[in-house]
Amino acid sequence: MVLQSLCALRAQAGASLSGLPAALEHGGPGAGLVLRSLSTDVFRNLALEDWIHDHVDLRSRGVLLLWRNSAAVVVGRHQNPWRECDLRLMRRSGVPVARRRSGGGAVFHDLGNLNLTFFSSRGGYDRRRNLRVVTGALEALRPGIDVRATDRFDILLDGHYKISGTAAKLGRTVAYHHCTLLCSADRRLLSSLLRPTCPGIHSNATASLPSPVQNLLDNDPSLTPDGILQQLAEQYLTEWGVRGGSVVAVQPDEQSFAGIDRSVSELRSWDWTHGRTPKFSVHTTLELADPTSAEVCTATAHLEVKSGRVESCKLSVPPAWLPRAACADLAASLVGARFCPSEAAAAAAPFLQSEPRDVDLDARLRNLCENIVALM
Amino acid sequence: MAAVTRCSFHLVRRLLSHQYKRRCVRVQTIKTHKDQQPPAFLSKLNNARLFHTTSAWRGPILQFKLSDIGEGIMEVVVKEWYVKEGDKVSQFDSICEVQSDKASVTITSRYDGVIRKLHYTVDEIALVGKPLVDIETDTGPEVPQEEDVVETPAMSREEHTHQEIKGHKTQATPAVRRLALENNIKLSEVVGTGKDGRILKEDILNFLAKQTGAILPPSPFRETHESQRPKEKQPATQPATQPAAPKPVLTTKDVTESLKGFHKAMVRTMTAALKIPHFGFCDEVDLSRLVALRADLKAISEARGVKLSYMPFFIKAASLGLLHFPILNASIDEACQNITYKAAHNIGLAMDTSQGLLVPNVKNVQLLSVFDIARDLNRLQALGSSGQLGTSDLTGGTFTLSNIGSIGGTYAKPVILPPEVAIGALGKIQILPRFDSNGQLVKAHILNISWSADHRIIDGATMCRFSNLWRQYLENPASMVLDLK
Repeated sequence: MVLQSLCALRAQAGASLSGLPAALEHGGPGAGLVLRSLSTDVFRNLALEDWIHDHVDLRSRGVLLLWRNSAAVVVGRHQNPWRECDLRLMRRSGVPVARRRSGGGAVFHDLGNLNLTFFSSRGGYDRRRNLRVVTGALEALRPGIDVRATDRFDILLDGHYKISGTAAKLGRTVAYHHCTLLCSADRRLLSSLLRPTCPGIHSNATASLPSPVQNLLDNDPSLTPDGILQQLAEQYLTEWGVRGGSVVAVQPDEQSFAGIDRSVSELRSWDWTHGRTPKFSVHTTLELADPTSAEVCTATAHLEVKSGRVESCKLSVPPAWLPRAACADLAASLVGARFCPSEAAAAAAPFLQSEPRDVDLDARLRNLCENIVALM
Repeated sequence: MAAVTRCSFHLVRRLLSHQYKRRCVRVQTIKTHKDQQPPAFLSKLNNARLFHTTSAWRGPILQFKLSDIGEGIMEVVVKEWYVKEGDKVSQFDSICEVQSDKASVTITSRYDGVIRKLHYTVDEIALVGKPLVDIETDTGPEVPQEEDVVETPAMSREEHTHQEIKGHKTQATPAVRRLALENNIKLSEVVGTGKDGRILKEDILNFLAKQTGAILPPSPFRETHESQRPKEKQPATQPATQPAAPKPVLTTKDVTESLKGFHKAMVRTMTAALKIPHFGFCDEVDLSRLVALRADLKAISEARGVKLSYMPFFIKAASLGLLHFPILNASIDEACQNITYKAAHNIGLAMDTSQGLLVPNVKNVQLLSVFDIARDLNRLQALGSSGQLGTSDLTGGTFTLSNIGSIGGTYAKPVILPPEVAIGALGKIQILPRFDSNGQLVKAHILNISWSADHRIIDGATMCRFSNLWRQYLENPASMVLDLK
């Protein structure tokens, strides 16, 4: 019903940018607005965050956005996804990796995890107050629960299980602070995905600090995501002194939020999710095996990766195993390709394919190539 | 605002030689035509930059100190620079991204000018209150850039800045000036309806509406933020207009970029292919019976979950032909001393993917049925479209077919992919009139095939016989049944 009246008002406003004119006009100075996203696509929700950050006037009123995604790993702005999560396993399981615009560490999202984004003006940026809303809501739902915010703005349950992590983005005039809340996430999937793709990565990217976690649902079965969501909204509105406010459900589509589709495709692009990684190097050993004779050999590989592309590649293979020239040529064929298995395979294929070679030599070269591609 | 402009005026005065001090000259930068706002699809970080030609004398170099982030934070890590030394920046352009305990902060420029020095490199710790960048400003700090070169008489001390052109005073608030600036409007051409002919915001909007013939409702957000957010997301409904001005000259330049990815791969393959002396052989195949057969089998195949096209038939027929002419499935070594007859028929299919031309192959076609081939093709096509073809799929091919006809074309001149010795390119299937064995005119489904082979080890007769055999299998699919293994 709220959406219908919003649509009618939007039609009247004509070329107005905002899809929520009525909702935004509601309330006076110091008022807050609670929105809930109807999308479960991590990229669309991140784009919605950006849209609100860019377009909504936050000087007199703050906004709380509540959202949930289907399974995804979200890394911080300056992080290295190869170091933070197992990209190979994620590709096999169909779990995408997303990069948010705020800093901080890597988190696993799924429908059992609740995300909250507190939008405010730069002056009204207050992470402690926002986390008080969260702890207050949980205490209201389950009196006596031991939830506390730490100095690092995490929320701990019973003193040592992390149930919420925080990150923030500050612009010139507006700021947002978002945090997660573990209600009933798949912890097994979480722990299996949040480990490095390959060993030997050296990077200055922001590292995550792993912590033991627990779901709120494990602590108390009555704490469901929907129930917590409702309570959070009420707590937020109470904290900001809004009477009679309600949660506005929004569909983050192009019709209501002009320009959001472009933002979604940008956030989804490889150049943003992987290519934005700060420069790093991979230095590791490879266990090579000859497919026919079952001999083994150890080699080392050193790759420099910048903007997600292989800048240089050095392979040290015992000359008895493979001729030095062939290894150097294979390494050279990988330079300039993205640090991603399919592109690396496509880049190396002409080299592997085009020259007639001895069968055994061919098999060993192919094995070496597969080992390198397995690092990505 | 008044105090500021007065201040800059004094700064200018001090810098001038004595003889001009009688008439205070405020030399302002000339706006070039290059400051058309870029289209709205650029991301927020690539904010519009105003290009100014520098004036005859240089402005002061100001140290832009890292302002207080809040929450008692004294140091941050510089994570990314958006500018480099020598870049021009405008007020509110993003300069860099810093990180402090999980908060990512975008630092924007306070001044217009040119970046002269970056005090930190990426991953260095920057201190709050210490200089971050040095900016050489054009006319002085915090002055919104004005249009046109003017000579103004002694500045009056009124509240709003003045601009005197051709003897007319035009009054406008800085916010209105900025709006005019963004839309390339000369204030002298706008009729002011405010007090003393002052130009109001509505005057600018009316002027724009007349120019463009469009109604431009100012967005509610922009109205309240007119002086604070000039560069963010120029709405598409406010096109830049340049009334009575010379046409902007857009110069498109040559763009040079290094070869990357699949271009490099193609260069490598084709350079190697150049060493092979090619000869071509073309023919046409009547597929009328095959078309009917496929129509029958399509439903059965789909019931088994596999899409059946014509390719599996072409591939299987090729493999059956290769059994009789194994030299076409061979490889010649570098020194041209030995021929290796490959046992496996790994028939590659040239595929146009998002990564460019890739040639995955179906392994051991000699052991597979038409249905098995169709299933494998489905798998390769799915991997190809999602960009997930692996090394084993892309290497090991012994013979290739290219279905360029699916995009278009009849005859082609395909290039052999080393270390193979033969390749076939299939044109599109056309319905053409042909005479049947009784001399009657019938509709026939005709496909053109173009073969290329390595003339060092394959002669024309071999190629022709192979092609005839292949054609025979396809023109009469029932004959394939006889030779199926």
